[in-house]
Amino acid sequence: MPDASTILQQNAHVAGGGTTAGTTRRRAPVTGEGPVARAVLIGVAIAFLSLFLLLPLVVVFVEALRAGAGAYVAALTEPDAVAAIQLTLMVAAIAVPLNLVFGVAAAWAVAKFEFPGKSFLVSLIDLPFSVSPVVAGLVYVLLFGAQGLFGGWMRENGVEIIFAVPGIVLATVFVTFPFIARELIPLMEEQGTGDEEVAMTLGASGLQTFWRVTLPNIRFALLYGVLLCNARAMGEFGAVAVVSGKIRGYTTTMPLHVEILYNEYNSVAAFAVASVLALLALVTLVAKVFLESRYSDELAARSH
Amino acid sequence: MAFSFRRKSAIPGFGLALGYTIAYLGLIVLLPLAALVLRAAEVGPSGLYTLVTDPRVLGALRTSFGLALLAAATNAVFGMIVAWVLVRYRFPGRGLVDAAVDLPFALPTAVAGIALAALYAPNGWIGSLFEPYGIKIAFTPLGIYIALVFIGLPFIVRTVQPVIAECDREIEEASATLGANRWQTVFRVVLPPLTPALLTGFALAFARGVGEYGSIIFIAGNIPYISEIAPLLIVIKLEEYDYAGATAIATVMLVVAFAILLAINLVQAWSRRRLGHA
Repeated sequence: MPDASTILQQNAHVAGGGTTAGTTRRRAPVTGEGPVARAVLIGVAIAFLSLFLLLPLVVVFVEALRAGAGAYVAALTEPDAVAAIQLTLMVAAIAVPLNLVFGVAAAWAVAKFEFPGKSFLVSLIDLPFSVSPVVAGLVYVLLFGAQGLFGGWMRENGVEIIFAVPGIVLATVFVTFPFIARELIPLMEEQGTGDEEVAMTLGASGLQTFWRVTLPNIRFALLYGVLLCNARAMGEFGAVAVVSGKIRGYTTTMPLHVEILYNEYNSVAAFAVASVLALLALVTLVAKVFLESRYSDELAARSH
Repeated sequence: MAFSFRRKSAIPGFGLALGYTIAYLGLIVLLPLAALVLRAAEVGPSGLYTLVTDPRVLGALRTSFGLALLAAATNAVFGMIVAWVLVRYRFPGRGLVDAAVDLPFALPTAVAGIALAALYAPNGWIGSLFEPYGIKIAFTPLGIYIALVFIGLPFIVRTVQPVIAECDREIEEASATLGANRWQTVFRVVLPPLTPALLTGFALAFARGVGEYGSIIFIAGNIPYISEIAPLLIVIKLEEYDYAGATAIATVMLVVAFAILLAINLVQAWSRRRLGHA
């Protein structure tokens, strides 16, 4: 992790190498590239990112507003769209807190204690990241679908999971499973157990120590993890597509609603709903920049 | 007694935290994956072999794996350049560019999918530039490749970036003092220690690409044997209630995912031993 002083040094270094060309002709610094190579590299990076990242984002908003503001608002206030927005919010409101509690518990166990099999446990926690979203949906169909392991029992008892809201929630929980734990584990490992031990020595109970010492120490990373988890929960497509059955107005989340509209050649409405999801992504990115600067300060302050 | 295997600690909550972690992990992740393994066992090895070697399935697997490899390789080159530029140079808008790298993580895949399809379709902003030359991008394997490059970029940049930031500049100075020119220094001194991070990022991008669904299906055209990806074929088999067929494809993909996970862990262990960092 670069601290402030190395960044300042880098800046001084760059300024020294780049701005003196006008007065005295100096050779490129030995640990940097010459001005031409530098310009080419920066140019290539920006061109590549504009083509692959910026353009798709811009096209979402352009296509959404192609038929004017009226059509845009109409696409978002139409009953099926409203139902999709409500379902998406509800699924995220269940999935994110579940993974939040898990993330804190897992990070507490992994970061504050030593035990055999720890790295294996961390690999298992990361597992959902390497599983295709479609496979994530499939495994729940194999468990709870009509021909699934528990399918017979569920039919007898009238429990519906697949092609219903519970299946959507489960698939979402699966794909967003590691997000919060992933953010907390490295940070809490770095912070060690010193603060908690002091609090306990001074007579705080375990719960007091957690609320007053640990939680304030990890608050920015926790919030960042929640944001990432939420963005993925609201935007998940593959896993949810497999278990939802896409019953319009009932089991369609916003991304599924986008798919249905797009396949109906209702491009303006599809992009209108997509633009709301794109806005969510932009908010997530802005919040990420803010939170990262806050918690890298926090880390830097602690290590000095 | 149950958790007496841990080292003594003054901090409470170990049993509860670990117990909850394992129970939740078991219920949400391991039990469902076990259902897949169980189903695959029911079908049996010879049955799985027959299902997987069906020409359409093989074609889909080839499309998914081949294009994911190609896209990860593309991203290894451009991701490396982006990471280098972001760490080493200061230029106006650098913060914005840095933040933009995460866009594919944050943007829902379905949104990316329809946006890319609109851009690269024959009448789209980019597609119309290539159309006069008879080059079709959307609804061909080339479109799948474009979507996979989009999805994979942040994996390379975000794994390589911190390692470049940690590079010791004194080694580069030493190399220059000893008479190496800048190219020699870059290729012989700077890049070799970045290899483990680059391989990790490559493996992550590849794994993501193989399993990717949402950003691809809109731009792919989904023509069997040509531009049909493995995850889509799983969905098609499920819609036909062919659970065995879906399970067979998913098993191959899961085995590869595990192998990649293992490979990443090995690369990181190797790099810790060799270079003292992951």
